Amino acid sequence: MRVPLEWLGQYVDLSPYAGDWHRLAADLAGIGLEEEDFFGPAVTGPLVVARVLAMEPEEHSNGKTVNWCQLDVGEDSPRGIVCGAHNFAVGDLVAAALPGSVLPGGFAIAARKTYGHVSDGMICSARELGLGEDHDGIIVLADWGLDASPGDDAKALLGLDSTTLDVNVTPDRGYQLSMRGIGREYAMLTGQSFADPADGEALAPAPDGFPVELADTAPIHGTAGCDRFTALRVSGVDPTARTPFWMAKRLLDAGMRPISLCVDVTNYVMLELGQPLHAYDAAKLREPIVVRRARPGEKLTTLDGAERSLDPEDLLIADAGGERIIGLAGVMGGADTEVEADTDTVIVEAAHFDPITVARTSRRHRLPSEAARRFERGVDPALGPAAARRCAQLIADLGGGTIGPATVVGEAPAPRTIELPVAAPARRVGVAYTPDQVVAALEAVGCRIADKAEAAAPDAVLAVTVPTWRPDLTAAEDLIEEVARVCGYEQIPSRQPQAPGGAGLSRAQRARRTVSQLLAALGLTEVLTYPFTSEARSDALLIPADDPRRASLRLANPLAEDQPLLRTSLLPTLVDAVARNTGRGFKDVAVFEAGLVTLPGGALPEGLTFEPGYHPTEDELSRIFASVPAQPYHYAGAITGHWDLPGSWGSGRRAEAADAIDVVRRAIAALGLRAEVEAAAHAPFHPGRCARFALADGSTAGYAGELHPKVLENLGLPARTVAFEFDLDVLLAQAPERDWDGALSAYPVSRQDVALLVASDAPAAEVARALRAGAGAELEDIELFDVYTGDQVGEGQKSLAFRLTFRAADRTLTAAEASALREAATAVAAERFGATVRS
Amino acid sequence: MSEPLSPLDEAGVGAAVDAALAAFAAARTLDELKAAKIDHTGDRSPLALANRAIGGLDKADKARAGKLVGQSRGRVSQAHAARQGELEAQREAEVLVAEAIDVTLPSRRRPAGHRHPLQLLQEQIADHFVGHGWEVAEGPEVENEWLNFDSLNFGPDHPARQMQDTFFVDPPASGLVLRTHTSPVQSRSLLTRGVPLYVVCPGKTFRTDELDATHTPVFHQVEGIAIDRGLTMADLKGTLDAFARAMFGPESRTRLRPSFFPFTEPSAEMDFWFPQKVGGPGWIEWGGCGMVHPNVLRAAGVDPAEYQGFAFGMGIERTLMLKEGINDMHDMVEGDVRFSATFGVMS
Repeated sequence: MRVPLEWLGQYVDLSPYAGDWHRLAADLAGIGLEEEDFFGPAVTGPLVVARVLAMEPEEHSNGKTVNWCQLDVGEDSPRGIVCGAHNFAVGDLVAAALPGSVLPGGFAIAARKTYGHVSDGMICSARELGLGEDHDGIIVLADWGLDASPGDDAKALLGLDSTTLDVNVTPDRGYQLSMRGIGREYAMLTGQSFADPADGEALAPAPDGFPVELADTAPIHGTAGCDRFTALRVSGVDPTARTPFWMAKRLLDAGMRPISLCVDVTNYVMLELGQPLHAYDAAKLREPIVVRRARPGEKLTTLDGAERSLDPEDLLIADAGGERIIGLAGVMGGADTEVEADTDTVIVEAAHFDPITVARTSRRHRLPSEAARRFERGVDPALGPAAARRCAQLIADLGGGTIGPATVVGEAPAPRTIELPVAAPARRVGVAYTPDQVVAALEAVGCRIADKAEAAAPDAVLAVTVPTWRPDLTAAEDLIEEVARVCGYEQIPSRQPQAPGGAGLSRAQRARRTVSQLLAALGLTEVLTYPFTSEARSDALLIPADDPRRASLRLANPLAEDQPLLRTSLLPTLVDAVARNTGRGFKDVAVFEAGLVTLPGGALPEGLTFEPGYHPTEDELSRIFASVPAQPYHYAGAITGHWDLPGSWGSGRRAEAADAIDVVRRAIAALGLRAEVEAAAHAPFHPGRCARFALADGSTAGYAGELHPKVLENLGLPARTVAFEFDLDVLLAQAPERDWDGALSAYPVSRQDVALLVASDAPAAEVARALRAGAGAELEDIELFDVYTGDQVGEGQKSLAFRLTFRAADRTLTAAEASALREAATAVAAERFGATVRS
Repeated sequence: MSEPLSPLDEAGVGAAVDAALAAFAAARTLDELKAAKIDHTGDRSPLALANRAIGGLDKADKARAGKLVGQSRGRVSQAHAARQGELEAQREAEVLVAEAIDVTLPSRRRPAGHRHPLQLLQEQIADHFVGHGWEVAEGPEVENEWLNFDSLNFGPDHPARQMQDTFFVDPPASGLVLRTHTSPVQSRSLLTRGVPLYVVCPGKTFRTDELDATHTPVFHQVEGIAIDRGLTMADLKGTLDAFARAMFGPESRTRLRPSFFPFTEPSAEMDFWFPQKVGGPGWIEWGGCGMVHPNVLRAAGVDPAEYQGFAFGMGIERTLMLKEGINDMHDMVEGDVRFSATFGVMS
């Protein structure tokens, strides 16, 4: 809400701020009107009234004719100024910006040579002064109804020395969208009394007023779309009457464009009082006006020229007994009854519309008008007659004409009364307000309190009647906020509460920190990518058509149309971070991401909505919780280029599948868990270089390996990039495993080496698993220390050399015992893989 | 060859001792010392020969000679041991010097990994509150609309609900959204943990803003909610003041200004005093807060007549940008490894 301070000063005394408007802005922020913008004086320096003494047209070689003017600017001798406009004559008063003045946009004026003269300033157009879009000619003051003497300060005359504050009005406080509302807040802030500009004699409805019928047969939530409608006739208005400069300037400062007298007055009164108004050309209006909902299939061309298909929820203003639609109630008028250049009689409408009806219509038709903005936030339901009267009076004052008769149909609802224990504000805010403070604060915002005399009792309950302009005050807590706001939030003391003491971080939270720190320590850098992806990305990653990872949730309103899906795993978006870094010239890149992925399960749920404050039943709650898709916590990483970096010490080593596998293995080990590594063919990995991490219960913790060459080509990633992804939640569902109980064995170890000949495609980890199974509890460690293929082992075979470390819990193993254990281990490998011992 | 040294020749024995000591002192290496030792204490050395000659003396001379030669040999042996120690220490020192390398040669054998500062900051915030006895709550990012809005007193037609720039899951009738704030965790915590409740929830949130220098469609917030008997706005202020000090230093504090949020009443915008503000200390807007609206408690089955409390929320990106002087949101979200590499343990 833009608040021209010159205008505000009409209702309240601004002298306490003595021109220190930044302090005013800060104080207004202190009562909830946050500063959005600050528009200081638009012009500085000498902008003066000048009389044209002489003007000589001069034609120049570029085809342009300019006027070489002599201007009386109130000095001893005239000044010469070159002006390209032609809409003025000798004797006119104009606005001249002299050297040293600065116009809007920081345009500094200086004497300069042009068209063979030294032009000692500039004669200004409306656009140059920020007073409108007109740039066809310069401002002739008489045209604007302004009179002054040469040398007078034109800044003051044109209101260019004024300041406008733009304050943010929160959506609950519709009353602040008016000078009336801001003035009341200012008066409350400064302790001034406030004379409500809407006060005055009630507007008496007359039997011959324009007939209006309220005929809403489909109220939303039982609230009538229109509960009150005022119509007031102004006859015999001079169609040529212009909006006076002062009003146009206030509209401009408030951010609205002046249009014509009748329209400008309706806007002016809306800004002044907060009541949206509409002026109809009475000659085009047919009796009676009917306020009703739209019928299926109806259409309306609004003032902006757009034809709109109406929804049965739309509330309409229709004339001719409801047959012709002339406006979307509270949102925008129609073209048929618009005020035009020859209009001499208008019907002013000041109605009160249901906020929800207006809000839905405004959104449905994407018409965020000034009127709709106010109705949505709540307009004073009692205000209509006073606003119509004010509007009609201004039209008559400025354009001639006579007022009346009036129509007022419907009743404003009775003001609401709320019970407030006088001690409640102190209990909620933590400031020991006295009963007097509570009562005074509520009165300062316009509330009335019955039995004030009894308020002093500590257990008194106040019956607080809230003013009609405060539909937002519906409960005791709302009143408590007003008490706190009026008395000042700065009074609230600072006191730290004593929480009962929690259990610290959860296991999952500690696990995330452990894994993230580990991955960083191993050399991977954490990045965050957006969770939006696409089917094209799944294609690029060679995800099979029937893979569950393709069952993504889709956004109804994605930011980018080509990324409408929510990721079901992290790698599809993490690869973008790899590409970004390699694209920025990094050859060795290791990154990881941790976060939630979304796994939709089954059919999409039906939305459930309840009234605010409704506590759903157990069944409803379980449906709400069940509607939310599973979102496990994943880790993914990618390494491209070197994992052992090259340098003065040597050529380094490029990352290979084993590095990615090792990272995951370490992460799982850091959690105190164990997973078996199995060969797997799983997109987007190379089918021959992909490991699955299998858990004891058969579930999969994740995959690691080299990315498929085709995937790397599709994504433009370097060859041999390796990657991993695992599900932390699946891991944390496992019970931690330990090899020993109670205490570590301190008995000596016995190491036994064995080389096994197996088929060359036998996975080493499974051979090791067979050995482990055969070796029993005394096996402490198993290490594959050599893999050999070649002449000595024959075609289709390989030799795997293992070192088995045995240790017993209760004794030193003899050499014979250790050998027996080795043979037991070898026997299982022989059974499972046909392994023979190589001697 | 001269006459063997007599074990009774005090001057001669003394001269032999002096010669040995001089030879040891003159040895510059362990090898030279070894040679000097053979010369002066070996079987054929004067002192050894004198010692051997003691056996042939008569009884009265035997004792005197034994004492003279024994003491002399002891002095020589001690002197040798001392010199041996000196020369060994010298050799060890020389070896260390010889083995010196250029430690300034590059040693970057592995890429240096780093945590993302947004994650670190969320952990730091969690630690602050855990230290005050709070717990860290979590919730999903794809959320039910009732939890994201209705349970927080945002009715379907509430203007504030329209201002949230919500991502809706298709079809919109599914009632699922990407959570627009971490506030649904308030309701989840009230419903699942009950009261008294003191939890914070750092997490990811979503709004349909295009990425620019100050906006990102995916961002992070931290939510706090405390519900107990007798909590007031003073407790809110105290909690925020302590949090501001933890984030921005001991001189920081907070200021409340009236505002509006559907799920709090009274509501406040919160500014913090920023001693390190560019251009001089001043107030900076940090987040929103207020006393939890009775409807939020009712929706979660908590009696607002018995329990009341406060909630607050602020942006993690904004907090990080202010703390660390970051100007452009792009760097936080693009995943350039140089960004995270500049953060260690933040103050």
